[in-house]
Amino acid sequence: MEFISQPWAWYVAGPMIAIVLLLMNYFGRGFGVSSNLETFCTIGGAGKVSGYFKKDWKAQTWSLLFVVGIIVGGYISSHYLMSGDPIVLNPETVSELTELGFANAGESYVPSEIFSTENIFSLKGFAILIGAGFMVGFGARYAGGCTSGHAITGLSSLQLPSLLAVIGFFAGGLIMTWFLIPLIF
Amino acid sequence: MKNIKFLIIGVVFGIILSKSEVVSWYRIYEMFKFQSFHMYGIIGGAVMISMIFMQLFKKGTIKNYLGENIPVKDKKKGVIRTLVGGTIFGLGWALAGACPGPMFVLIGHGITAILIVILGATLGAFIYGLLSKKLPH
Repeated sequence: MEFISQPWAWYVAGPMIAIVLLLMNYFGRGFGVSSNLETFCTIGGAGKVSGYFKKDWKAQTWSLLFVVGIIVGGYISSHYLMSGDPIVLNPETVSELTELGFANAGESYVPSEIFSTENIFSLKGFAILIGAGFMVGFGARYAGGCTSGHAITGLSSLQLPSLLAVIGFFAGGLIMTWFLIPLIF
Repeated sequence: MKNIKFLIIGVVFGIILSKSEVVSWYRIYEMFKFQSFHMYGIIGGAVMISMIFMQLFKKGTIKNYLGENIPVKDKKKGVIRTLVGGTIFGLGWALAGACPGPMFVLIGHGITAILIVILGATLGAFIYGLLSKKLPH
């Protein structure tokens, strides 16, 4: 049980993610998450507005169930498999974040400065949440995949579009982390 | 019911992402600040092992559950779509501290505010769908 409640090291998690990819392929499907966002649009009736969303969403049931499973996996972990210990971050990261106004970095999984429920009801807080999501959703579909579809599936099958997408992921992530986050907070 | 296996694989994936702290905003910040090897190890490790699986799919050593060869789908080509789309994705990834998989994990963690992020992501996918014919790829 010690192993279960401790955080898992990269050399445990990395190969396990590859096994998830293997299982999806074994059962005849690809490994990817962001296409579900389009399925949500289709279910919500977006097919009436654009032919792009005129699809049979029931054909994506397997993928929607994968997402439901991810939620359940998060629930099981947070309720039964967590030690409750803080995340062991680089002390430099913690002191930088403290300077930016993020108190108690690592004590929980996400900073309350962004994810507290009160933030939903403030203009700035809401704008950050919806804006960040918008960029993820728009960017992933424009690029043709997210971390699972491009970074893991695409890079491991040596596809050039995925290499370009991952270069983009990092360019965007570096710009946000180094230049924009200090301006926003 | 034949799809139930994908639900189970999802549960496993959700647990891996939780237990390895990939779903933590702080881990993403730390990664983009080059202050920890953790995330690079996870993504790099997943890619390395997947590379072996991909080779075994190609050679036909690993077959699917029906005993057929596993095709490796080609990604959509395009320099603009991948670089520009990828950069926009990266901006959002670093701000939200979560890519699409971890967003759903965080619902399970009881983080209510992540629902707004997912709403934004769905809206983003919707706007992309509307503009897809007009955007350069």
